[in-house]
Amino acid sequence: MHPSQDSSGRLLLSGNEAVALSALHCGVALGTGYPGTPSTEILEGFDALGGRAQWAPNEKVAAEVALGAAFARARVICTMKHVGLNVAADVLFTMTYSGVEGGYVLIVADDPGMASSQNEQDSRRYAEAAAAPMFEPADSQDAYDLLRTAFEVSERWHIPVLFRMTTRVCHSKSPVTPRFPLGVAPAETGAPAPEFVRNIAGRVMVPGHAKPAHRRLRAKLADLQAWNEAQGPNRIERRNAALGVITSGISYHHVREAAPDASVLKLGLSHPLPMKTIREFAASVERCVVVEENDPWLATACRAAGLAVEAKDDSIFRFGELNVDRVRRILARDSGPEPVPPRGRPPELCAGCPHRSSFEVLKELDCIVSGDIGCYTLAALPPIAAMDMMIDMGAAVGMGLGLRHVLPREQAKRVVSVIGDSTFLHGGLPGLVEMAYNPPATGHVLVILDNGTTAMTGQQEHPGTGRKLDGAATYQVSYEDMARAAGVKNVIVLNPVREKARFKELLSEALRKDELTVFIARSPCILAAGRIVAWQKERQAQEAAAAAEQGSCACGQDCACAGGADESNPVLNSPHEH
Amino acid sequence: MNIDSTSPINVRFAGLGGTGVIKASDIFADVVFRLGHTVKKAEVHGMSQRGGSVQSDIRFGPEVHSPMIPEGACDFLVVLESSQVDVVRGGLRPGGVLLTPADIDLAKLPTAKALNVAMLGRLSRCFDFPEQSWQDSLRANFPEKLHTANGKAFALGRGA
Repeated sequence: MHPSQDSSGRLLLSGNEAVALSALHCGVALGTGYPGTPSTEILEGFDALGGRAQWAPNEKVAAEVALGAAFARARVICTMKHVGLNVAADVLFTMTYSGVEGGYVLIVADDPGMASSQNEQDSRRYAEAAAAPMFEPADSQDAYDLLRTAFEVSERWHIPVLFRMTTRVCHSKSPVTPRFPLGVAPAETGAPAPEFVRNIAGRVMVPGHAKPAHRRLRAKLADLQAWNEAQGPNRIERRNAALGVITSGISYHHVREAAPDASVLKLGLSHPLPMKTIREFAASVERCVVVEENDPWLATACRAAGLAVEAKDDSIFRFGELNVDRVRRILARDSGPEPVPPRGRPPELCAGCPHRSSFEVLKELDCIVSGDIGCYTLAALPPIAAMDMMIDMGAAVGMGLGLRHVLPREQAKRVVSVIGDSTFLHGGLPGLVEMAYNPPATGHVLVILDNGTTAMTGQQEHPGTGRKLDGAATYQVSYEDMARAAGVKNVIVLNPVREKARFKELLSEALRKDELTVFIARSPCILAAGRIVAWQKERQAQEAAAAAEQGSCACGQDCACAGGADESNPVLNSPHEH
Repeated sequence: MNIDSTSPINVRFAGLGGTGVIKASDIFADVVFRLGHTVKKAEVHGMSQRGGSVQSDIRFGPEVHSPMIPEGACDFLVVLESSQVDVVRGGLRPGGVLLTPADIDLAKLPTAKALNVAMLGRLSRCFDFPEQSWQDSLRANFPEKLHTANGKAFALGRGA
């Protein structure tokens, strides 16, 4: 991380970079998460600054790893995009009951307008549903400062907290005056030293323990709400009393520009809401408008409290992100048609992308494709148009099985589940187990597109790449071994680019049989290929050196083979087959 | 350009993923920020390497609120891909400055990749910033092996 710095020590940081720097300055012992736009750069930045950061296979595991560390009194951050919180929701809803020893900040990045997401769900609803405090930074300085407040709240009330960012807060850059210089991990962060504290009644959420835990949680929230009223990170800016706006996050800045004379109540800790503060503010202005992106969560809460606040017209402004022009229209009660921005060129699969080849084969065989989330989702768009459904991470497998179970035989035989490597490890594994546990009468075909990286979010490592977040070597899981262990009879590894004809032939054969087949279509992402090849060579050299020392081959098993890599797959190969 | 006015100066870079839009905007933001201005920069990442349309907004001045430039309020629109000019032209305010690859003698570019740097050179003519500020930021944002080619590209745009 080499941000711009001016002569007064201010840094020009994105919201994600500001959170990473603040995490370092707060003494965060561990950062974990799963990549997801727009959250990905937080952990990458934390690692670049010298923090300990790691990718988990999915958000649920990440949230659990973070929870264990927080039980051990460490300060932790756990990062994910909004839909990742659905995966981690199971942890969230009960860790608010158990509480934590060390500060636990779960950073969730919403994507109003869906710049790079499948929905625009509003995480504020999770804060209310799971009874978790929620902070909402408006810009990079706010993100830097509020993270520290979030840790103070988390540790004082022993409660995990949500930290809601949005695309424009994550990816916009603005000046930050840090407490400590860039790259300095302060000696005195205030972070407690990790240690195990036994607390069975507080940590084992059986009903007998969870019932009092729920009451404790509600009492904590009531106490926190009183604190939020008195000294929470909320700000009233008194200007003209004719118009008052209640807002939070990036909307605050749109409001300041659209209505520079308006009085503003900017919320920094929006759950539990400081309703007394809101009530007093609303009463102090002639007209009070709530300006918020997506769901009318804040407006509904204000109205439920009996406040006569105005809200945006949700038939128009619930959809997409806000900006200065839209806020002007909201404040002017203008519900007329909005100008349509010119359509730019949509993204497409890169020239030379191995996914192109795979989807050409699927299209030529007229497959019904149950797809998944990644770059390859672009294959649903013309001219390829060879993906029939995409909903959530891992769904390719289950949806494909459901189709196979009920479709007429001639259609069922055309169904193929297609999923990327990182997505398979994230959410596809239980589907693989289901595939062998409840096999359709026509069998099924699963294609794992292994391009050796989490390409969509910017080429992050995952358990299938054999590299950790920081690039250090680690164990590399084998999809082929997992498929066999799950009970799949036919497991085929091939290169969909160099062996396209063979792929078509074998896929055609697999579709004819009433059996279970897993293809691993292995060819590197062209954007990451250089790095993957370099690491592969490094790994092979290390394995060969280790083998020479032990006088056996590098396959890691007791064998008599000659060793070495599979020459048909010089890139991304795993130890040879036995 | 009068940068003492209370409303911010709005500069938008536009093009396609992979054409150097984000890089050019990072360098411009760096130049302006190091000169002591308050700067905000907004863009959408994620699909930007997939060849789709990309825009990056930079706003600077004594006070900047929203990081996103309002509709039709660009003072400068720097387009790095000719096919995108008509798509993004509507973002320019009346009297705003449009810069496109047509403003550069492309035959003299050291490499096609350096177009974004040449466009920065062209943009530099519109501001009264010391040339050294631009050179410093260019060097800080590129590996050393590209410095010579970038120097030529910048000079080509600046008309030095």
